[in-house]
Amino acid sequence: MEYHKPGSFEEATTIANNNNGIIRFLAGGTDVLVQLRSDILTPDVLIDIKHIEGVKDISYDDDGWHIGIAVSGAEMSEHEQLAKEWPGVVEAMDLIGSTQVQGRATLVGNLCNGSPAADGVPSLISARAQVTVTGPNGTRMVNVEDIPIGPGKTSLSKGELVSALHLPKRTKNQADAYLRFIPRTEMDIAVVGCAVNLEIENDLIINARVSLGAVAPTALLLETAAKKIIGSKLDDRALNQLSQEASKACKPIDDKRGTIRFRTHVAGVLAKRTAKIAYDRARAER
Amino acid sequence: MNKIHVNTEVNGDDVEFLCDTRETLLDALRDRLNLTGAKEGCGTGDCGACSITLDDRLVCSCLVLGVEAEGKSIGTVEGIANGEDLHPLQQKFIEYAALQCGICTPGILVATEALLKKNPDPTETEVRYWLAGNLCRCTGYDKIIRAVMDTARDLREAS
Amino acid sequence: MALDNQKNREFKVVGTRPDRPDGLDKVTGRAKFGADAYATGMLHAAILRSPHAHAKILSINTQKAEALKGVKAVVTRKDFSTSVTGENWNVLENVMAGDTALYDGHAIAAIAATSSLIARDAIKLIEITYDIIPHVTDVDKAMENGAPIIRANAGDGSVPKGMHPNVVRYHESGHGDLEAGFSSADLVIEDTFKTEATHQGYIEPHACLAQLGGDGKGELWCCTQGHFQVQKVCAALLDIETSALRVTASEIGGGFGGKTAIFIEPVALALSRKTNRPVKLVMSRSEVFRATGPTSSTSMDIKIGMKKDGTITAGSGIFRLQGGAFPGAPMEFTAMCAFAPYNLQNVQQIGYDVLNNRPKQAAYRAPGSPMAAFAVESVIDELCNQLKLDPIEVRLKNASKEGTKASFGPKWDKIGLVECLESAKNHPHYSSPLLEGQGRGISSGFWFNHGGETAVSLALSEDGTAALSVGTPDIGGSRASMCQFAAEELGIPYEKIRTTIADTATLGYNEVSHGSRVTYATGLATIKAARDAVKKLCARAANKWEIDEDAVIWEDGCAKPSGPNAGSFEPMPLAEITKKMGKTGGPIVGHFEATPEGAGVSFATHIVDAEVDQETGKTKIIKYTVIQDAGKAIHPSYVEGQYQGGAAQGIGWALNEEYIYGDDGRLQNSGFLDYRIPVASDLPMIDTVIVEVPNPGHPYGVRGVGETSICPPLAAIANAVSNAAGVRLKELPMSPVRILEALENKA
Repeated sequence: MEYHKPGSFEEATTIANNNNGIIRFLAGGTDVLVQLRSDILTPDVLIDIKHIEGVKDISYDDDGWHIGIAVSGAEMSEHEQLAKEWPGVVEAMDLIGSTQVQGRATLVGNLCNGSPAADGVPSLISARAQVTVTGPNGTRMVNVEDIPIGPGKTSLSKGELVSALHLPKRTKNQADAYLRFIPRTEMDIAVVGCAVNLEIENDLIINARVSLGAVAPTALLLETAAKKIIGSKLDDRALNQLSQEASKACKPIDDKRGTIRFRTHVAGVLAKRTAKIAYDRARAER
Repeated sequence: MNKIHVNTEVNGDDVEFLCDTRETLLDALRDRLNLTGAKEGCGTGDCGACSITLDDRLVCSCLVLGVEAEGKSIGTVEGIANGEDLHPLQQKFIEYAALQCGICTPGILVATEALLKKNPDPTETEVRYWLAGNLCRCTGYDKIIRAVMDTARDLREAS
Repeated sequence: MALDNQKNREFKVVGTRPDRPDGLDKVTGRAKFGADAYATGMLHAAILRSPHAHAKILSINTQKAEALKGVKAVVTRKDFSTSVTGENWNVLENVMAGDTALYDGHAIAAIAATSSLIARDAIKLIEITYDIIPHVTDVDKAMENGAPIIRANAGDGSVPKGMHPNVVRYHESGHGDLEAGFSSADLVIEDTFKTEATHQGYIEPHACLAQLGGDGKGELWCCTQGHFQVQKVCAALLDIETSALRVTASEIGGGFGGKTAIFIEPVALALSRKTNRPVKLVMSRSEVFRATGPTSSTSMDIKIGMKKDGTITAGSGIFRLQGGAFPGAPMEFTAMCAFAPYNLQNVQQIGYDVLNNRPKQAAYRAPGSPMAAFAVESVIDELCNQLKLDPIEVRLKNASKEGTKASFGPKWDKIGLVECLESAKNHPHYSSPLLEGQGRGISSGFWFNHGGETAVSLALSEDGTAALSVGTPDIGGSRASMCQFAAEELGIPYEKIRTTIADTATLGYNEVSHGSRVTYATGLATIKAARDAVKKLCARAANKWEIDEDAVIWEDGCAKPSGPNAGSFEPMPLAEITKKMGKTGGPIVGHFEATPEGAGVSFATHIVDAEVDQETGKTKIIKYTVIQDAGKAIHPSYVEGQYQGGAAQGIGWALNEEYIYGDDGRLQNSGFLDYRIPVASDLPMIDTVIVEVPNPGHPYGVRGVGETSICPPLAAIANAVSNAAGVRLKELPMSPVRILEALENKA
């Protein structure tokens, strides 16, 4: 396995583009090393992106938040302002693995690993996050939901890598939340993950984005479900409709972590619980 | 065979080793540097027996490549005591019988030392969630949690 | 050896909580476990394992593997003995497959190379042609007509005619008239229960470092619960003489029964012999799950009859256990433990040992007993609920006591079941209020405990300190207890005794550390060895004082004249005697070898409060209390530790742990990610009560405690869930999926 430590994105894409075989980028390593040790995948070329300028930065400007691709979950949780404005995104990231995993794992790594159950993805989708993709042909902006295309697969082509993550600016009366169902209290892969991002005005929901993870080959954006709570004060009727639509939108499988029936039911339960949390957060004083 | 030469710092000492690119930092610590305190319980980041600090950040050494240690500062269980003086956590673990077979103990000590540096007054729930990535099969965690909470209290009172 | 007749003996060291002697090593990382040994010129080994549940091995081609630079040797079954029989044959067949791969993970070949990466790369280059044949991984399916035959003629002759050849052993016990018993009941409940296989889940994978020369002499370092057994079995499998192999037990990172079995040591030895170099073999976590010894999975039919006043009139159980592709599922233990807490006039238990295409089962803390308790204690709870009786009162009413006939035959000696139940009844936990959505469950549990071959040696040093050599690896803190025994008997401070787990060249045979036997048997032997040393010390003093040996007693660490008639001499402390022992008769060493009978059984009662999230089926353990009879707690902290550890394992077994096999017969969850043991945030504090009803078979009354604590949790939690959510789970684990399904079916 070749190991490279490029000093720039240009160098990184060049190495990736000029090599054949299995090429992987290394950020936190909490997926790559597991796959290596479990004999699932041994990269021929491993490109460590942690030595490129800016990859460890979290910054904020008029366009919103910019999170470097080597920022760890622990660093995100420790960023007070980010945690305040995007509690759902931060808590989703925080749920991944143990304290030790949090010390290394990255949100972009979680996205690009392409697991249908990735905790980071639903909240990024509901947040309207975008990524900068850098490749041999330059850079482009991509909506986060267009990155994963199937279990373990992304839409990135040869030589491309995500070079930055962007979250929109936040205003008052906006809040997000993420909940997942796991059988223990920690350390499990999500059986169902749900993210809700709300904007309210005088207690009325005027904007909503709902996303489910672990119930389809890629995380889902639930447009019908979101519509059911827009214009409401999240009363029981709206919640029940949200719940039903969430269950309807699932396309889960039976596997060692849950059955179709279970995931479908729990998706509905989580949609309600997550929406309530986001709603309460949005209403609270900012 | 092309091994990579790595310069790093472990428990305050400058060290160097040669390793294959596929070797983890855990492999390097144990097999190259004879620091066998960190253990491989799973190799996939699920058990925490390999816990170390990397630039003061608590991590699983099985999830870090040996080559990634270049220029970093590493803390292992072997560095927790100050010569012959045990850290209060180590003392308390013995006193409270917070270990039975002891295989998870190095990882838990590294993890809890990191916790108390970050949060000197954790609640029981905070301790439990901080340690969720350190599996123990012998104790049921009870005496471990008590040892950590009481050590935290002792350290706060002493300062 | 009988309980000392020393009424009002006040122990000075026993019953206190000194620091354990290996504590310093373990908190500093100095302690050396199985994988912590290194040798000059050492090679690293890796094992190629079958990816198929059941397949004929047609050919093994190692050419490409051997051509890889750094590979030094390959071994297959050909490199092992061809003359082993009986259980040794079973072990060998499991250690390395013969002509058939019997389960996913079965070892087929092994490689030694100059690095573990090369060894792991090399095994991928071994080419095996398999003929895949039908498999079966369910205990009930394996008994049905048409089920694939795992091994013909593997039965021991006890099985009733007409049963499938996969049924290899049979057990039947009981007494009385079942039919009469059931007809006199006011309520009879009959139900079937299933439990899936679980793994001991020790955090340390198996590891060893082996060296075996062409002269048949070898050294082996391994993590094991019994190095004498390793010595014996490895010698047989490698066709060498037992005493030519010296085995040293490393510190062990958990065993719980799973490291009483042998999986990799013979392979490392064979590779070492072939390469004439030391070979280190360490299992990966995935290998541990796939190819070491999980528990049996079970299918059980229980029928119990009860009168309105709570008297149990009859009980019967049929227990089907699969133990993998080899005989040995502990169905007789399941059968015998099931009704052990109950004094029944009419009882019958039947057990079947069934083969499956799964790894060879190994003991896991009271093997067979937890499953039995799950089934029987759940039915008792149902009877109590329906007859509106208090579960502890009913258990007290029917409790086994000294002199009553056990369900499996003999009359009980002095036992502590009633004391545990009374303690539970009066415990504040039992009457504490429950919040909405919470339910409380209780359960009894039982384990036989064991004596076993034991040999110890206690050598005194000239400076008055003592070196105790024992042959039972320390799996729970026993070195502290052994020092306490020796200190108590010798009358010298605890700190002046050092206990070492000696290698196989140093002591007579010691049975493995299992059956909760160490504090009982090694402890008893330590007491006897210390008394032997004391006798010799007294003889030296008697000699010096020129009085009869009978006239010298030992008190407070000194030889003293037994009375004024014996003479007036100043007490002679141990150190004074040992200082000159070279000249007064030679080294003073106490020793003791025996197979002690008289291990005392241990009963327990657990109380658990659980909360069920009825929208998701997720269960939270709110409060847990373990009450168990220890006979005499030598080091209370370590007794508490056993209680808490067993309860935690039981909680995991009840709620989340299971082996998941696919339709292809392959294990789907061979890692800690999806084999879900409890993490710190899953559990509350676990309260403990040590009940002490002395065991008449031990000088201090010690009963083993390590195992019983895993027996009650499965049913206690099932009963708590039933009381919390109104659903009775009869299949383990009680995962959220299963609980939700039960709730949906109820609605």
